[in-house]
Parts: sequence; structure tokens; C-alpha cells
Amino acid sequence: MNDEKTEGGRREAGGERDKKKFSFGFPPSPLSPPASRVLDKRITLGLAVLALFLIAALFAPLLAPYDPFELQLKEGLALPSAEHLLGQDKLGRDLFSRILFGAQISLWVGLSTVTISLAVGCLVGAVAGFSGGWIDDLLMRVVDIFLAFPGILLAIALAAILGPSLRNVIIALSVMGWVGYARLVRGQILVVRELDYVAAARALGAGPFRIVTRHLFPNIAAPLIVEATFGIAGAIVTEASLSFLGLGVVPPTPSWGAMLSDGRSFLLLAPHLTAIPGIAILWVVMALNLLGDALRDRMDVKSR
Amino acid sequence: MARFLIRRLLWSGPVLLGVLTLVFFLIHLIPGDPIDVMLGERAADADRAALRAALHLDDPISVQYGRFLAGVVQGDLGRSLSTQRPVAGLVLSRYPATLQLAVAALLISLLIALPLGILSATRPRSIADTGGLLFSLFGISMPTFWLGPLLILLFSLKLDWLPVSGRHGIASLILPALTLGLGMSAILIRLTRSSLLEVLRREFVLVARAKGLPERRVILRHALRNALIPLLTVLGLQIGALLTGSIITETIFSWPGLGRLTIQAIQSRDYPLVQGCILAITATYLLVNLMIDLLYTAADPRVQYE
Repeated sequence: MNDEKTEGGRREAGGERDKKKFSFGFPPSPLSPPASRVLDKRITLGLAVLALFLIAALFAPLLAPYDPFELQLKEGLALPSAEHLLGQDKLGRDLFSRILFGAQISLWVGLSTVTISLAVGCLVGAVAGFSGGWIDDLLMRVVDIFLAFPGILLAIALAAILGPSLRNVIIALSVMGWVGYARLVRGQILVVRELDYVAAARALGAGPFRIVTRHLFPNIAAPLIVEATFGIAGAIVTEASLSFLGLGVVPPTPSWGAMLSDGRSFLLLAPHLTAIPGIAILWVVMALNLLGDALRDRMDVKSR
Repeated sequence: MARFLIRRLLWSGPVLLGVLTLVFFLIHLIPGDPIDVMLGERAADADRAALRAALHLDDPISVQYGRFLAGVVQGDLGRSLSTQRPVAGLVLSRYPATLQLAVAALLISLLIALPLGILSATRPRSIADTGGLLFSLFGISMPTFWLGPLLILLFSLKLDWLPVSGRHGIASLILPALTLGLGMSAILIRLTRSSLLEVLRREFVLVARAKGLPERRVILRHALRNALIPLLTVLGLQIGALLTGSIITETIFSWPGLGRLTIQAIQSRDYPLVQGCILAITATYLLVNLMIDLLYTAADPRVQYE
């Protein structure tokens, strides 16, 4: 609460800058008044949904009323009831328990993919941006080749080649994911490295590694945080897509995408098996996108 | 301008070569043996060796790579392992279905996004604006493999208005195109809105209004035409999402296009066919973006490329 007030106060004093803050991730509208409350709402809502998601993932073994792998073949395709809150899948497994354990898969894929992509992307981007010359040219040409693959095609191809497994999905998503961060970091470093304080650091005898890690990265953290928030959302959807296509995690692992794909054969008999995993994905991804939009506005990151 | 075009065209070559190389080596890194796929794992060693030699799979990888590149230049993408038919022919036969789906989805997304985007931008902070923004957040976050089955459930199974799957006439196109187009419209709404808001603050809009032009004309003739230019670039990137989105959408609706062929090829471990599909999709994407870059200079003569 206290924090909110100071934020609001600073905003009022900010004048012209404040007008930029409103509007769901869009460039400022001339008519938008300062709207810190709307912004805070977005962050609160996003964080609240994500908190639920985290609790579901971390405490799934404690919260799940049933074993997510336990078969109850006679009760297959049962609709939601008092015993089984979200019903049972074709093998009679409790859908609510599987959704909770599915959150673990999504969380793990989202975080590990973005961590690996960020690490590789930052390294490549920093080397390219800081060294310039032919190294920069070469690295950016490699980036161009990766970017030539539309959408998630490269991830589909890699997942197909490596074979379905959780580890391979993370590899496939990371191979696709690092490119965006590399371009972002390179672009930012090209701007920042010409600034006076970098020259000052260099004059004081700081080496390239120190300049990059101590002086450049802290100044480009904001766009990276925004990008990583969207990155987690993207990784979760892409994992679910791959699992939906049968290229992701192997059954009986409860991935939301695989659950949805299973349910599709019983669309008329048991529509909840398709609807519910999709709603789970939708909520988490929507919360991350909302948070990403709000952070982008708050940190004054230019939208792409 | 001419220099830019030449550079842009010349640069497409190395990128395409890089893509070809990456795809070739990815496919050849596969742990499984294509001979197993064709003959089964219990085939006699002599048969396996004979087939391996017949398919030139016993050549060094560099020779295979050279032969692959030479083939691509001549439009030969090898033969499908499962049907023995030329990959290029298979890919081409599925191309029209995907093109039809993509164009229909693009039209639907523009039909949704332009009116909603204009409405949002001209009435900021109104109910229409907030509604448009919520719709776009929903659309961006919503997985297509969830929307598709739900549309089937409602319009095909419950209401029985539209076919569940297949490609038989215009009715069967509606649901797949809607599934693919809705997500894209969400992104385009945001862009139309932000781009139009930016343009509406420019002086020429003020001049148009000062001349006493009706607001409708100011927005549609003066502002919108300028606002659409940045939309063009993003459209290029979105074509990529459309192409890969078609892989999922075609799988849901059994739409006989390139995307479904890709998944079928992956499932039957038909590697030459997988390779051909990936190349066809990527080449389309590069070509569309090349055309959009050219269109861009035509649409906005002020654009200067270095």
C-alpha cells in the first residue's frame, strides 16, 4: 500500500512523462490522463493469477486430491462432480490433479527456456555489440538465418528430430528463443556503449568484461525483463502446441497441451476435457502478457 | 532505392543457403536410420545395404550435402520415403490449400482488426476502446488449438451449421480461417490503434480538420492511409505466425495443406518430406517478406534505406 502511494506521488510530479503511462501497452494517447491506478490494477491482476499458478505448480503434490496417474477406467470421461471437481479423463484420471501437475510442466518449461535463451542471447548479443566489426557481422548473419524460420517452425522441426521428451522441448524452444535476446542486447549495447559514462569507465581502466557486466547490463535490464516476461508466455504456449502435436512431452506426463489433445477425441461426450486445459493455458499466458504490457509501460520501454 | 533492392535481393541468397544448410544437417543428425523406416528393423542385412547404396546414403555427408544443394537448385527435393513420390510434387500439390487458408485468415483478421482498431483509436478510453483492448489481450493469449476444437463443438457438433473437417467448398473454410485469423486480428488491432493514434496527432490531420473536412474523411482518407504503412512490416512477420499457425489449424481441421503434410511426414519419419516441407514454408516466408519490403517503398516514397 505504502509503496503504491509513493509511486502515485512520483507520477503526479512527473507531469509530461505520466501521459505516456496509460493504455495497455500502446503508445501514449493525447487524451490519456495519468492512470497509475489502471497500471497498478494490471500488475496486481497479473501477479495474482501468476501467484495462483506458482502455488498450483509448487504445491501440486499437496493440493492434488488424487494421484494424477491413477487410472479409474470405469469412471472414464466422467463430468465434473463433487468428488472430481473438474471431472475425469478418458482413463478416469482426475483432471483437477492433472491440471495442478501440468502447471509444474508449464512453469519448468517457461523458466528454464527463458533462462537458457537469455544466457545465450545476452552472451552472443554482448559479444556482437561490444566487439563490432566482422565478429558482429558474422554473429548477426547467423541470427538472420535463425530468424528466417517463420514462427515456431524451427522448434517443431527440432522437436521432431530430437524426439518427444521434456528435455528436448526445452532444447528446441531455447534454440529458437535466444535469437530475440541476442538482437535486443546487441541493439541496446550499440546505443549505450557510446555514452559518456562508458567512456569514463574505460578511461578508468575497466576491461570489456567489467564494462559489459557492471555498466552496460544494468542499463539494458528493463527491456530484457519485459522481453523475458513475454518469453515465458511464449514458451508455455509453444510447449503446449508441441505437446498438442505429439512432439512435446510423452504421455502420461500431464502437459496441458497433451491433455487438450487427448480430450479432443471426446469433444461431444466430454467437452470439459478440451475446455479446461485450454482455460488454464489462457489464464497463465494472459497474466504474463498483461504483466509484460504493464512493465513495458512502467519502465518506458519502447514497444517493438 | 535501386541499390537497396539489389542489396535486399542479393542478401536473400545467403540466408536461403544458410537455411538449406541448417535444415540439411538437422535432418541428418537424426538418431534413427531411414532404412529402418522403409524396411522395418528386421530386414536382412543384404537388403539394407542394397537400399542404402541405391539411395546413396552410404556416401560421405559432404557428398550428400552437395547432391542435396544441386537437387534444390534444379527443383528436386528428393523422394518421399513412404510413398516414393517426388517431394517437390507432394509439397506443390498441398500448397494451394494452405495458401487459401492463409489468405482467408488474413482477410478475416483484417476485417476484425481494422474497424475495431479505428474505433479504439478514435474514441480512446471509451467502452469500445477498453473492449477492443481486452479482446486483443484475450486473442493474443488464446491458444489456437483450444479455440479450434471449441468452434467445432459449437458450430459443427451442436449447431450443425458447418462441417467438422476436410476441404469441401467454402463452408469448410470458415472455421479453420476463423481459428487462424482471430489470434492475428488481436495483434493487428493493437497496431492499428497505436499507429492511428500517432498519426492523428500530426499536423496534417489538424490541417485537414481545419479545412472543415468531415471527421470520417479525415480519418479514412488522411489518417488511416498513413497509419497503415507501419502495419505492413508487422504483417510480414505475422505471415510467419500464419504459416506455422496453419500447421496446428490444419491438424485440427484435417485441412489438406502443407502444415498437415509436415505433421504427417514427421509422424511417419519421412525425413526428405519433412525437409521439403520446412524448406517450402521458410521459402514462402522469405519471399513474402521480400515482397513486403518492396511494397513498403512503393507505399511510402519517403522511406529511405541505407
